[in-house]
Amino acid sequence: MSAIPMKDGLNETKPVSFYDLDEHEHPDGGSTMLGFWMYLMSDCLIFAVLFAAYAVLGNSYAGGPSPKEIFELPLVAVNTAMLLFSSITYGFAMLSMEEGRQRVMQMWLVFTGLFGLAFLSIEMYEFATLIHEGAGPTRSAFLSSFFTLVGTHGLHVTMGLIWLVTLMVQVQKHGLIAANKRRLMCLSMFWHFLDVIWIGVFTFVYLMGTLR
Amino acid sequence: MNDTLLKTIFGRLTLESLPLHEPIVVATFAMVAIGGAGLVAALTYFKVWGYLWNQWFTSVDHKKIGIMYIILAIVMLLRGFSDAIMMRAQQAMAFNGSEGYLTAHHYDQVFTAHGVIMIFFVAMPLVTGLMNYVVPLQIGARDVSFPFLNNFSFWMTAAGAVIVMMSLFIGEFARTGWLAMPPLSGLAYSPDVGVDYYIWALQIAGIGTLLSGVNLVATIVKMRAPGMTMMKMPIFTWTSLCTNILIVAAFPVLTAVLAMLSLDRYIGTAFFTNDSGGNPMMYVNLIWIWGHPEVYILVLPAFGIFSEVTSTFSGKRLFGYSSMVYATLVITILAYLVWLHHFFTMGSGASVNSFFGITTMIISIPTGAKIFNWLFTMYKGRIRFELPMMWTIAFMVTFTIGGMTGVLLAVPPADFVLHNSLFLVAHFHNVIIGGTLFGMFAGINYWFPKAFGFKLNETWGKISFWCWVVGFYFAFMPLYVLGLMGVTRRMRYFDDPNLQIWFVIAAFGAALIAAGIGAFLMQIFVSIRNREKLADLTGDPWNGRTLEWATSSPPPEYNFAFTPIVHDLDAWYDMKERKAVRPVSGFKSIHMPSGTGTGVVLAGLSVAFGFAMIWYVWWLAGLALAGIFGTTIFHTFNYKRDYHIPVEDVIASEDARTRQLAIQGA
Amino acid sequence: MSDTHAHDAHADHGDHGHGDHASHGTRGSYIKGFFLSVILTAIPFWIVMTDAFKDPSTAALVVMVFAVAQIVVHMIYFLHMSGKSEGGWTMMALIFTIILVVITLSGSIWVMYHMNTNMMPMQAAADM
Repeated sequence: MSAIPMKDGLNETKPVSFYDLDEHEHPDGGSTMLGFWMYLMSDCLIFAVLFAAYAVLGNSYAGGPSPKEIFELPLVAVNTAMLLFSSITYGFAMLSMEEGRQRVMQMWLVFTGLFGLAFLSIEMYEFATLIHEGAGPTRSAFLSSFFTLVGTHGLHVTMGLIWLVTLMVQVQKHGLIAANKRRLMCLSMFWHFLDVIWIGVFTFVYLMGTLR
Repeated sequence: MNDTLLKTIFGRLTLESLPLHEPIVVATFAMVAIGGAGLVAALTYFKVWGYLWNQWFTSVDHKKIGIMYIILAIVMLLRGFSDAIMMRAQQAMAFNGSEGYLTAHHYDQVFTAHGVIMIFFVAMPLVTGLMNYVVPLQIGARDVSFPFLNNFSFWMTAAGAVIVMMSLFIGEFARTGWLAMPPLSGLAYSPDVGVDYYIWALQIAGIGTLLSGVNLVATIVKMRAPGMTMMKMPIFTWTSLCTNILIVAAFPVLTAVLAMLSLDRYIGTAFFTNDSGGNPMMYVNLIWIWGHPEVYILVLPAFGIFSEVTSTFSGKRLFGYSSMVYATLVITILAYLVWLHHFFTMGSGASVNSFFGITTMIISIPTGAKIFNWLFTMYKGRIRFELPMMWTIAFMVTFTIGGMTGVLLAVPPADFVLHNSLFLVAHFHNVIIGGTLFGMFAGINYWFPKAFGFKLNETWGKISFWCWVVGFYFAFMPLYVLGLMGVTRRMRYFDDPNLQIWFVIAAFGAALIAAGIGAFLMQIFVSIRNREKLADLTGDPWNGRTLEWATSSPPPEYNFAFTPIVHDLDAWYDMKERKAVRPVSGFKSIHMPSGTGTGVVLAGLSVAFGFAMIWYVWWLAGLALAGIFGTTIFHTFNYKRDYHIPVEDVIASEDARTRQLAIQGA
Repeated sequence: MSDTHAHDAHADHGDHGHGDHASHGTRGSYIKGFFLSVILTAIPFWIVMTDAFKDPSTAALVVMVFAVAQIVVHMIYFLHMSGKSEGGWTMMALIFTIILVVITLSGSIWVMYHMNTNMMPMQAAADM
């Protein structure tokens, strides 16, 4: 970096530069991780509102079923396990990405996707059973808020899966270039963020609902 | 059979959905259709479509996007203001048995549309537009962090505006007031399309707002020029940072609340219904958790503009810079702790009410500190009464009055008397017009020469200024009086003839404001016509202090050929003081993001999706949604999103600037 | 006074562009995080499914403590949160968000509890 000497002023001895004359090019995506993190934080507030709605409306059964009567904890435990497995497999995918082993990484991503799919299938089975039993989202405010909160999480997982498949195709096509690595890291944050939300869901909705 | 087929194709859209029985709407439609056709014809005749598409609609340049936001806001201001003057006229004449000229059905839509449009499609785009234009220049950046998202955000906002405008001619708008409170906005009491128009317009525009918030926060955090530490950031950048943090943290709440309302309306859930255990008060609670931060989203950037203007036109460094920063931060946090003051009367009892009453009074302290900072900046300054400074002084007086009535309303017992009255209406117009709107006019007058290379005409500017300010006082002071007399808001006609004179005075004020808007449009028109005479070749017409004045007007696409290095809070003033020499050689090619039409396509598909959802045209909704996903995924397969401005182009435009400055200096 | 560190400032600036300094963890840390979260999930499920505590509100409290612990584990081992990533901005954003989540949740519960008590005397009866 070169400096422009000052023409006059107090600091004649020290040249002060006012322009960055030999700036190097900025690679793309320097802000991506921070920007994506901020998006996740705002998403977190959407969930906060849905949790608040559940907290306020969660005991308005309107004569309908109560949590104790409809929640099946073993099913939820299996579901939680699916999500945890998908998390660790995604973690391994990221490690393979760091090591530049594309094939191995793709394999771990496939596992992640399958666990995610299993999670969604179990959740859909649970929803279908509830609706079949007459405990659908329109039955009471409790069920409305339950379905909306859990369903919104499920919708996020669905989006994550679509994104995952898209990314796998892109990695296949272009390899582990910087842009793809960045995208994989964003999806990693997204995926682990959904875990954190799920911890809130199984604790506040399922476990504490059963305790009530 | 035929009927079901029609229903499948058109949903609930029928010929009766066109408001042919409303002469006012039909006449408006005719005018809009003729005007629109004329505009399209003119654009086609002068062959500017290609130019508009390539240089503007698909541009990811933050400066052009900023200008497009402001144009959108001005267009919507005309619509929102027509609603206002219709209400003023109705209330001024609906006395002594006269019903006025608006039916209840129409009047209720007018006041709802007025609120929604003014907040979401006038104030928000104005604020976002100015931040978009100015912030990257002030921090010495070449663009925002995510240029494509910026373009997409703008078009989503525009898509929301399009949906609101559609409701004028196809079907109807909500008749619920601007926050669409249930149970009134539930399916049982609003079975028509109005509330659905409201929901989808806000949801679609909300995506744009949220993403532009993320974008600007990332830009300010990551892309500041070397040497610009947090405490050397220009104050407008500071207020923009806090505003966008508020956007990122508040708009998700609105999204979630409106999603719950739409679930109630579309699939029959029981969040906010009267039966099945729903609780409408929860909607009120949640929407104000968004709603209160929203008012600070609107006013903080204005505070930033006033700070820049006061310091520039007083020829002094801003008094109490750090106290200004801390005041802004305190307001940012406190904005989340006062929401209940919007519904003191809903009955949460003494303990809750007093907590929120006290937090509300506390939030006026940092705001008051800001007023004193501006006054001390002016004290002993060499004040130049140019247009931006005039708006600033008008703001200080007007906003202080609005702030005081606000503190009055913060006292829960007083609020029980004044809640839902015209006193409240006067209060929030007093702070939104006196704060945000005056701020935006100050900002437009201040930065216009930067954006276009010539100043705005003074004479018409002054006419506009005086019409607005005097008109404001005529229009809203009577409402304080009426509110104290117990008149509630959103009334269509009145029995007590003694009230009429106040409404007539208010209508006169609205007419003055209309003249102010007219004069503003005239100001722009006259300035464009005399642009040669008003031209500013220095790039620094006001003897400015911050970096946006360091480059040419209008700035080149890349803003700065060499990124400036910051040593002082008033970076540009410091550079001038110490005679920094602008480099005239050694230019390099510059790496820039390239434009894309994806934003326009996605926004267009969103309009189709919103429209289909509003009218229950399920096949179209599915198709549009699939289109949105497809386009998004397709877009991610494009990895080539940038280009280099060749060094010859940089040299050419920088040499032109060098010659221009030499002429000035001679 | 303001002839300060143009060079330092520049170095600082250089940082901005080349940004993915996010740590990625190691195989060991992922496995550690995984086992911790399995344990922290299993115990609360066990507590609730076997009625380990007589008093449901004690159980609820314990379950909540486990949830908080597990969220912290996920943040550290899977999301790689630290005070240093992105110059502390991610941590700042997280803290701000937590504050707002707490305000939204506790505020809504508090406000709505009072509203229900004062304004909806019929609701309790309707729910029974």
